[in-house]
Amino acid sequence: MDGRVIAAESKPWQNPSAQPFISLRGVTKRFGNFTAVSEVDLDIYRSELFCLLGESGCGKSTLLRMLAGFELPTTGSIRIDGEDMARVPPDRRPTNMMFQSYALFPHMTVEKNVAYGLLREGLKKSQAYERARDMLRMVKLEKLARRKPDQLSGGQRQRVALARSLVKHPKLLLLDEPLGALDKKLREETQFELIKIQETLGVTFIVVTHDQDEAMTLATRIGVMKDGVIEQIGEPREIYETPRSRFVADFIGTVNLFGGKVDVAAPDMMRLDLHELGPVLVPPQTGLTHGQTIWGAVRPERFSLSRARPENTQNAWEGVVEEMGYIGHMSQYRIRLANGVLIRVSQSNRLRDEDPISWDENVWVSFNPAAFRVLTE
Amino acid sequence: MNWRRALVIGIPMVWLGVFFLAPFFVLGRISLAEAIIARPPFTPLFERAPDGTLEIIASLENYRFLIEDALYRNAYLSSIRVALVSTIFALLIGYPIAYYIARAPEPKRSILLLMVILPFWTSFLLRVYAWMGFLRSNGVINNALISLGIIDAPLRMMQTDFAVYIGIVYTYLPFMILPLYANLTKLDGALLEAASDLGASPMVTFFTITLPLSLPGIVAGSMLVFIPAIGEYVIPALLGGPDTLMIGRVLWDEFFSSRDWPVASAVAIVMLFLVVAPIMWLQSIQNRREID
Repeated sequence: MDGRVIAAESKPWQNPSAQPFISLRGVTKRFGNFTAVSEVDLDIYRSELFCLLGESGCGKSTLLRMLAGFELPTTGSIRIDGEDMARVPPDRRPTNMMFQSYALFPHMTVEKNVAYGLLREGLKKSQAYERARDMLRMVKLEKLARRKPDQLSGGQRQRVALARSLVKHPKLLLLDEPLGALDKKLREETQFELIKIQETLGVTFIVVTHDQDEAMTLATRIGVMKDGVIEQIGEPREIYETPRSRFVADFIGTVNLFGGKVDVAAPDMMRLDLHELGPVLVPPQTGLTHGQTIWGAVRPERFSLSRARPENTQNAWEGVVEEMGYIGHMSQYRIRLANGVLIRVSQSNRLRDEDPISWDENVWVSFNPAAFRVLTE
Repeated sequence: MNWRRALVIGIPMVWLGVFFLAPFFVLGRISLAEAIIARPPFTPLFERAPDGTLEIIASLENYRFLIEDALYRNAYLSSIRVALVSTIFALLIGYPIAYYIARAPEPKRSILLLMVILPFWTSFLLRVYAWMGFLRSNGVINNALISLGIIDAPLRMMQTDFAVYIGIVYTYLPFMILPLYANLTKLDGALLEAASDLGASPMVTFFTITLPLSLPGIVAGSMLVFIPAIGEYVIPALLGGPDTLMIGRVLWDEFFSSRDWPVASAVAIVMLFLVVAPIMWLQSIQNRREID
């Protein structure tokens, strides 16, 4: 790695004195009456692989297009490497973009597509084509250099688009749903290839995606967007384990959400009163007061299932297995509690010859209090 | 099943056969005859020889005449020149208009398209006469320029090549705009963004992406202007001067003034080949591009 620091390891966002590479302040974009992006503050550090995750229409693509320069913010500022981008047109920005549709030039060969950006820099033809060939070799397409885009498969086109956007060694590469058009298997392979390329070149990537698995696999950090606002920014693990709001908890992975109130908030213990589960003991948490409305989130894999009542915890409920799905490495259950509440539980199948819990069995559902996440939003 | 298919293909075939191919052969046959004062004014194709055998009388004399007489050569060259210059101007004016319409937002786009097509709803002759009103010595343009004090004496615009160019470009402009528009609306905006993202200025983007991708529209529009312009008769007759020599007028004179049908037919046949040649050439280019 010739001494280059990989952001995924150095985690500059944890260091308050680290200089952000990209810095957005109060960025808002309105189209007529519609606010696509609202007051976004965001710092992204050098050689990060940052994912903007959200459903379609959440403003993630608009944010990307503002970074590329295709849209100008209605208010707010965007700085890339310390330089204010307000008056810099797309063709002068140190960014390149990989388009969702790939946007390959249909009248040019693969090699001409890749060399296009280099020729615009004023590079000599021979040099430009040589570098284009090097880049095509990296994405393993050197044999198809003379083909036209319509003679390529979807996966090949995707790699041409990637090569074209990387060949100029941009400071920042913007990827709009880079794997969206690929089938599942190819997508998974390409994810790791993308990470490898990103780490080899040390380019900062910003990826827009609606696919949470993709974001979790790729990202150093994820920004979860909803209605033009970034709901939460954090490392994949952080987003999954300590979601800030019900939206984030529900959007990333599967979750059991419960509503209720704080019953006792003492420094040494905390008891919640949940509509679905009744009283629940959880580790004490600051900032909560008696009677406050809260929500509780528990991931399905944090529940335990047993035939006998677990002894070491009070947080246990009895129910019946209503549905069960065997997926191989794990099984998913839907447990109907006595009061009618449905709980999703997943259990990993670690042993081959164990006697698995199955349909219609009476079981006890329990969780470790530490697995319980209290949400106030 | 099969007869229906035959019907669908057959009707246009019969139409083309009766109204295009048959007249073409009649024309070809007359062009090989000799002019005589009779009715019809040309020699018959078959003649009974004194010994009773049937003789075919045909000669390429008329074609030789066309080649040898400078008048016809000049008329052809001048027609091609006028058609070519008009096509280039129609392209230069029509391309920005088509581009603008293609990029306009939807409700505005329909209105702009309507405005391009609107002139077709009035008589073509009327519109050419209207240009006479503009270009005359005491016409709208001259009067305006004189009253503004820009010129002292009226400019001579009528009965010049300039007026012919104006008439042809004006008349055929929609034929240039419509195919270009159809092509440019299909242009994917992401391609232009990609070019600019890769460092191409708007101008470079136009010449490296937009222009090459709109080539089929340019070819289609140019043919739709060039082909009718080459044989144009009415516009040069109304707006052009006596020195505006175009093959359409020569053709008219041969048929109706000289009543030399065979020479006139030969003129028409040669013109047909002059028009077909560029089409064949462009189509072969188009095909080669597709095979590539």
